[in-house]
Amino acid sequence: MNDFSQAFQKALQLIIQLDPDLIEIVALSLQVSLTAVFIAGLIGLPLGAALALYKFFGRGLLVAILNTFMGLPPVVVGLVVYLILSRSGPLGALGLLFTPTAMVIAQVCLVTPIIAALTRQTVMDANNEFHAQLRALGAKPQSMMNTLLWETRYSLVTNVFAGFGRAIAEVGAVLIVGGNINHNTRVMTTSIALETSKGNIELALALGVILITLSLIVTSAVMSARQTAHKIYA
Amino acid sequence: MPSPVIPASPLPLKIQHLSVSRRGKPLLDDVNATISSAGITIILGPNGAGKSLLLHIAHGLEVPDRGSLTWNQDIPKPQEPWRAFVFQKPVFLQRSVQANLEYVLSLHKIAKARQDLLIEQALQHTGLIQLSKQSARTLSGGEQQRLNVARAWVLEPKVMLLDEPTAELDPSGVATMEMLIRKIAQLNTKIIMTTHSLDQARRLANDIVFLHRGRLIEHTPAKVYFAQPKTRLAADFLAGKLLDTD
Repeated sequence: MNDFSQAFQKALQLIIQLDPDLIEIVALSLQVSLTAVFIAGLIGLPLGAALALYKFFGRGLLVAILNTFMGLPPVVVGLVVYLILSRSGPLGALGLLFTPTAMVIAQVCLVTPIIAALTRQTVMDANNEFHAQLRALGAKPQSMMNTLLWETRYSLVTNVFAGFGRAIAEVGAVLIVGGNINHNTRVMTTSIALETSKGNIELALALGVILITLSLIVTSAVMSARQTAHKIYA
Repeated sequence: MPSPVIPASPLPLKIQHLSVSRRGKPLLDDVNATISSAGITIILGPNGAGKSLLLHIAHGLEVPDRGSLTWNQDIPKPQEPWRAFVFQKPVFLQRSVQANLEYVLSLHKIAKARQDLLIEQALQHTGLIQLSKQSARTLSGGEQQRLNVARAWVLEPKVMLLDEPTAELDPSGVATMEMLIRKIAQLNTKIIMTTHSLDQARRLANDIVFLHRGRLIEHTPAKVYFAQPKTRLAADFLAGKLLDTD
């Protein structure tokens, strides 16, 4: 227990001193996950909305796949992306394996299904509420879709942040495709795993504290945004 | 109240052999009627008579299985701006009162300058001008229903269809709403509304379309309907004897 509190104190020192190694790791984590979530949002938001609003052949299957992929084990995604990007894989010539780009790709694969599936549910609920009314007011399908997306914008942002939460916290995928190379592909989660196994508990704990704090900040930002919106619009 | 005549009218509303059934159960059964007079037409009948369904078809929100319903020979589509539909339970966008009206006008591509004029007019008529900046979803029940009417009225429709517009209101809300409906009719908008309330029909109707279990029992001027109903069912309904059950 004493060891733990000592380690915790040292961890806080590292954070307060803005340890350069620590900063580098945190910055790369944010860069990788934010990029991944941005791309996943570009794909997942329209995909989810389309699945909610348009009927087409194979929609049911696509939804089932999406919902299954929501819970994909990151290590499996990492493995698949690894095989695709490895030298003998179909995209091996690009030489992306063990780069931050590979980590972004893996996280996009993880996060897109989450954003798309949540968006589908959000838009579908809104559609159930609004469809008859908007149609009676004379809305055509395109303007109906625009209206629904705008009306659900706060929920959609929350969905994107749920994706961010997944991306920043996962370790399996980025470890496999990034390789946890120092000063290159080392992010918070992979470092925590490594430093813990090396017995370097201080750095691991410091990173853990930062990771949790980041999650806390993101979550409270989303919650307060929702509450403000609710106050204004009821 | 004498029926004024609507110029360049979408009337007559012609209903011919209209039938709808769901899961083998007939909801509307060979309904025939022609509505050509202006003023207020009340579709009256007990719950489950098919009143709402008929109104939905009249706005193009539902399609009949057999037969036809036409406005001056045209089958209705929901996008037509000359006709507005008022639901019993309105759904508003999470925006201000004014923005909810702007939304409708923008859907129909009304120029911005004209939008302001139409919105002010609709808010004046419905007594909501003071609340124009308030969020629509924070209005009281009565105010929401007035906004519901304002939203229908803002396009200056020639026909307004109202589905049980006072079913959720308290007595003073009902009175305000009925006043509003009379005003709209006086300003030459044809009103067709459903109700199961005899009293309301008595207060508002120029003519009555009486439905029971999907069948049209009578279509008569209100005076005739209330003074000397032509059918046994109508007389029973007036006497409070008509039950939904078999």
